[in-house]
Amino acid sequence: MSIIENHKTVGTPLSEGAKLSARDVCVYYGEKQAIYNVSLDIRKNEVIALIGPSGCGKSTFLRCLNRMNDTIDICNVTGEILLDGDDIYHPRVDVVPLRATVGMVFQKPNPFPKSIYDNIAYGPRIHGLASSRVDLDEIVEKSLQRAGLWNEVKDRLHAPGTGLSGGQQQRLCIARTIAVDPEVILMDEPCSALDPIATAKIEELIDELRENYTIAIVTHSMQQAARVSQRTAYFHLGQLIEVNATDKVFTTPEHQLTEAYITGRFG
Amino acid sequence: MTDSTMTTRQKVEASMARRRAAETRFRVYGMASVLFGMLCLVVLFGDIFSKGTSAFRQTVLTTEITLDADYLDINASSDERALMNANYEGLIKRHFKTEMSPSGRKERRQLYSMISAGAGWQLQGVVLDDPELIGETITIDLIMDDDVDQWFKHDRDNPESTRLSEKQLSWLNTWVDSGALHTRFNTTFFVNGDSREPELAGIRGAITGTFLTLLVTFLLSFPIGVAAAIYLEEFAPKNRLTEIVEININNLAAVPSITFGLLGLAIFINIFGVSRSTPLVGGLVLTLMTLPTIIISGRAAIKAVPPSIREAALGLGASKMQTVFHHVLPLALPGMLTGTIIGMAQALGETAPLLMIGMIAFVVDVPSFISDPSTVLPVQIFLWSDSPERAFTERTSGAIMVLLGFLIIMNTAAVMLRRRLERRW
Repeated sequence: MSIIENHKTVGTPLSEGAKLSARDVCVYYGEKQAIYNVSLDIRKNEVIALIGPSGCGKSTFLRCLNRMNDTIDICNVTGEILLDGDDIYHPRVDVVPLRATVGMVFQKPNPFPKSIYDNIAYGPRIHGLASSRVDLDEIVEKSLQRAGLWNEVKDRLHAPGTGLSGGQQQRLCIARTIAVDPEVILMDEPCSALDPIATAKIEELIDELRENYTIAIVTHSMQQAARVSQRTAYFHLGQLIEVNATDKVFTTPEHQLTEAYITGRFG
Repeated sequence: MTDSTMTTRQKVEASMARRRAAETRFRVYGMASVLFGMLCLVVLFGDIFSKGTSAFRQTVLTTEITLDADYLDINASSDERALMNANYEGLIKRHFKTEMSPSGRKERRQLYSMISAGAGWQLQGVVLDDPELIGETITIDLIMDDDVDQWFKHDRDNPESTRLSEKQLSWLNTWVDSGALHTRFNTTFFVNGDSREPELAGIRGAITGTFLTLLVTFLLSFPIGVAAAIYLEEFAPKNRLTEIVEININNLAAVPSITFGLLGLAIFINIFGVSRSTPLVGGLVLTLMTLPTIIISGRAAIKAVPPSIREAALGLGASKMQTVFHHVLPLALPGMLTGTIIGMAQALGETAPLLMIGMIAFVVDVPSFISDPSTVLPVQIFLWSDSPERAFTERTSGAIMVLLGFLIIMNTAAVMLRRRLERRW
């Protein structure tokens, strides 16, 4: 299989007044190109799922949205990504506040080897979001409640974060991300390392979080995409093939590659 | 039996004998090597201990001596100078002349030579501690001369191998019979600095010098080493210059240590004018020597921190500096400390570079600042081993035992630290 020449994304990739706008984004790892001219808008307070077979570039694209690809030396990003109308790749933009606004939850839960309290409190501390211990306590409690973890850990806030179960650790990471009050949450296959029950809890959580945050979630599981998202974007070999309402993508996809993927012919 | 008639199973069975023999041979070689190594260790320690344990006991003569105020010309209210300068040696000589009644000058000299030259200072110490004792009769354990010490500890069954005369031996035997002559724990070894007289020689100066030198080394090499490791691992751009720096640091770890002594002599002493033979310049030279060790182990510790922790911190909006100092460094610190302790243990035993910068001098006073001339324990051992007197032989082995003790403690601490702080994530 090779990339499609002169491809234009099918469906509704663009919209008015979007939270995050990507235009003609290309990503190169050294000489090799990984993302080919992707243009996509992510609307405020929606959950958009990025799906596609392994190696199709969905994680790479996601990482562009909060400039995590900057940490990889050979990675080169061209094109434009606007957050509320401001180009995040402008030379004068500081990545530090950007990453506080656009948070990320990773595939494998990675709590800091500190207490649960300190895990959540770290972000607010370094960004100066709490002026007193009382404020910090409040932020920690609110984040843990929003992440659905408060009842389980409220008696052991000073126990190490690494002592929790996998599902709890991932919810801890979500709480940690929420604690810095972001506007967008990027999730890179957040449930792939978890058991079904923990996965269900997190999917429930994503639905609740939609009220306050914009969420982009990369997922390998089509069922999960169907359950949690309003719109779905299908990637294939670094190109954005189709973007449509989730129902439409999974019942009457417009592009033949999308259909081939969701019917299981490859992927 | 031809191959064609044997099944695979049979061929495998046939080869088993040879394979088992090879494995048994390998195991035997391994055990033999380990046993040989342990045997060498036992021989080494056995030799050192057999020579050195006697260094920790010291022959003394318990005697009652009157602090005659008229003879010494002092009293309880005399000033410190007068108390210090009183003729304690003469008092001791007079006391023994009265007790043992030697006849003639030769016998008197023989009698006095059996008591250590430091006995006078022992009395002085007693008086300075409590001037009220002047005029009283006190019981004191007087240190005996090293000839007497060696005779009492080793030669009592072998009267030919001692330098002592028959008259001296007869006096000594009288004291032995009355129980006045005996050994006690050799506190002098730990309390005194170096001395020409073996019975008064101690390692306190060397130990203090070692401590001060290692302190300077640690205070300089730990921050510089840790900072260099962090910079090279996290912040240095990947270009030719960084590569050159890395190669040179790795090479420096293998440079013969005496070269650092030459460097110290040429630069610190000649160009910067740091005074010779001080813990300051010794510490500077040893810093140069331990820096490569600390940097290399520090970099390994930093590399071992999982990238997921870094990504989590960066994803939250931590800057590079914050990620390194709040997350990477605390996790890498145990590994760095282990490397530092091992580096310090190496520095503790170094002699060659310190010889070049002059710490080989005969230093009697115990140093109190890093700018006082001093010596270190390995050099002290080297100096004493040069001495032909038997008393110094046993003290050399005693000092070696003390040095080995420190090294074992430091290396054990490093191992325990590493084990306890491993894999906290």
